[in-house]
Amino acid sequence: MKDMAAKLRRIRALTLKETRQILRDPSSIAIGVVFPLMMILLFGYGLSLDISRLSVAVVDEDISSDSTALVGAFQLSHYFAVTQVHSMAEAVALVRARKVDGALLIPSDFTRRWHVGDAQLQILVNGTDPNQARIMLGYAQGPVAEWSASRAGPGGSAGPVVVVDRMWFNEGNDSHYFLVPGLIVLVMTIIGAFLTAMVVAREWERGTLEALFVTPMRAGEFLFSKFLPYFGLGMIGFVLCLLAGKFLFHVPLRGPFFLLCLASMTYLMVALGIGLFVSTVVKSQFLASQLAMTLTFLPAMMLSGFLYDLRSMPAFIRGITYALPARYAVTLMQTLYLAGDVRSVVWPNIGVLAAMAAALLLATRLATRKQLS
Amino acid sequence: MRSSLLRILALIRKEFLAVLKDPRSRFIIFLPPILQCLLFGYAASFDLNSVAYAVLDRDHSRASAAFLARLDGSGIFLRKADLSRNGDIAAWIDSSRALLVIQIDRDFERRLLAGEPAPIQVVADGRNSNTAGTALGYLGTLVDSFNADWRSLHGQPGPPIRIVTRSWYNPNLDSRWSMIPSLIGTLTMMGTLMLTALSVAREREQGTFDQLLVTPFRPFEIMAGKALPNMVIGLTQSTTILLIAQFWFHIPFKGSFAILYAGLGLFLLAAVGLGLFVSSIAKTMQQAMLYAFLLVMPFALLSGLATPISSMPAFLQSAMVINPLRYALDLTKRVYLEDAGFAQLYPDFLPLTILGLLTLSGAAWLFSKRLT
Repeated sequence: MKDMAAKLRRIRALTLKETRQILRDPSSIAIGVVFPLMMILLFGYGLSLDISRLSVAVVDEDISSDSTALVGAFQLSHYFAVTQVHSMAEAVALVRARKVDGALLIPSDFTRRWHVGDAQLQILVNGTDPNQARIMLGYAQGPVAEWSASRAGPGGSAGPVVVVDRMWFNEGNDSHYFLVPGLIVLVMTIIGAFLTAMVVAREWERGTLEALFVTPMRAGEFLFSKFLPYFGLGMIGFVLCLLAGKFLFHVPLRGPFFLLCLASMTYLMVALGIGLFVSTVVKSQFLASQLAMTLTFLPAMMLSGFLYDLRSMPAFIRGITYALPARYAVTLMQTLYLAGDVRSVVWPNIGVLAAMAAALLLATRLATRKQLS
Repeated sequence: MRSSLLRILALIRKEFLAVLKDPRSRFIIFLPPILQCLLFGYAASFDLNSVAYAVLDRDHSRASAAFLARLDGSGIFLRKADLSRNGDIAAWIDSSRALLVIQIDRDFERRLLAGEPAPIQVVADGRNSNTAGTALGYLGTLVDSFNADWRSLHGQPGPPIRIVTRSWYNPNLDSRWSMIPSLIGTLTMMGTLMLTALSVAREREQGTFDQLLVTPFRPFEIMAGKALPNMVIGLTQSTTILLIAQFWFHIPFKGSFAILYAGLGLFLLAAVGLGLFVSSIAKTMQQAMLYAFLLVMPFALLSGLATPISSMPAFLQSAMVINPLRYALDLTKRVYLEDAGFAQLYPDFLPLTILGLLTLSGAAWLFSKRLT
């Protein structure tokens, strides 16, 4: 009983010291508060996968009423800003100088061949930005279809098979809907793994840990008192993202709130586990920070399904992602936010994260004990 | 002059030793860029290789079978299930087993034969709306080609217009061709800026910086001694990625190495300058690391690497005038893929030069201010 009280007192003292250290170091506050805010603003307002108006140089070699109408259809489209030029050479020069994103050529025999049902349009895009080029090719179908419809009379352009699509969970096709859930994961990764790794490695590097070891402090108590303040800092980041999602971006939360909290806390424990483990093993701030960055932050950004969809990756890369906690966390957050409480997704993913957290914390505990002997 | 040069050389030697002596730190300087380059080369893509879908075919006609055969034969669409009830749709989408569920109505074939529009209903999993949009785009292309064939088979007028496309510099519109050259600048900047910021902060934290100050070194010499080795390491990282791009991913290099390296050199001046800038503000390694991170993040995210700069709001577009990575990305991509020369690249060279000079002289000023 007395033992227990002493244990608690030691943990309290060390937690207090750690908390003060966070509060007094401007860089910890910067990472705990400024970083989430910065990411929210960057992802909310800076990153957009929706392409705005594309500029296109149009060469009309046909100059008939039909081709003029087609140029008009492009001019009226919200997706294109049209620059009319007189020759293909001029258009090519504009593409090369990056003055326009692409070029459209209406050949001189356009009307004649259209009457025989074999007209051609040429579109030239700059492939250095393949995503934009592909979007441009897709957008170009719009004005062309509109023009065909106006020429062929009612019902003329609609193909035999018409696709009527509905996007579930995100009817308005708003990219914030999938960026905000991923953002929570990113913020927790930085605070949990990156910051914690540096802090613990510093104690090893400076030798203050050895000083602690001559006190009655146990390894477990030491780890717990490191764990607690950074867990709190991570939860502050979580709350900031939560508020931004609700009030700035109006992303609906369709799953139960307590599950979202449970999932986030479990992931935060994994991130902290990685941070503590890495720093205990390498004991150098430089190495610990680089390792934490390579092992957690970059995968959370690139290999988690946050920016780039897992379904776009080749099978062996997808295999690697199964070893990365961020993958499970992003799946969880996206599902809980947008689809709701889907049992077959939520519980297995939380289970994997919980197992990872337990394994990492246990491994850290064992590694710390070894150092003591 | 000569003694000054000798002093700088000695410092450079010391700096290389400090970084490269420890095998673990050698490892950490070169392994992550290689690993990241390989991983991102494969992972960072908006192209979809396979679309898992389920189908609810109420028509069970020859036309619907032909339509589905078209999807299955595409090599992209993978049929995971034939559903029989409306109620099954939600389960397949919710659990992410299918990205799309396609419903074909009972009168599909009848309407097609009658020349009426025959709608098919598609439900897409919008949890990642970008992916869903891409999948719907692929479906649209397949439907178009099905329509064209159906029309010509059944004597209806063919599609009035064919669109012929040509893509410059990247004939197959492969995402990787744009991604990997972009990584040359991005990964190099991340590595170099942090390395520089940490190298000064480490000396400060370990107290060796004070020792350096009592030597005959002048502030300028200390700075040059810190900047040059990190630039060399940065150029080595760039070269590594360049080699991977050409010999692993087989992306043809069209341009001139001289122009590329001139651009990278200027870019590294700016990156190292920013690193020194951070290190003159930071008191500890932790601060240096975190501030460097807070600087690199927005620069990397808003450089045009992930999303085009032209889609960003106006105030961010003007703020990105000071982002060296943005010019470096444009420059490396255009030299690499387009064989662009100085005449086309001065909009990148000019700001890079200015930024390099500004950050370095700013850092020098802060340095000497803090030293005295």
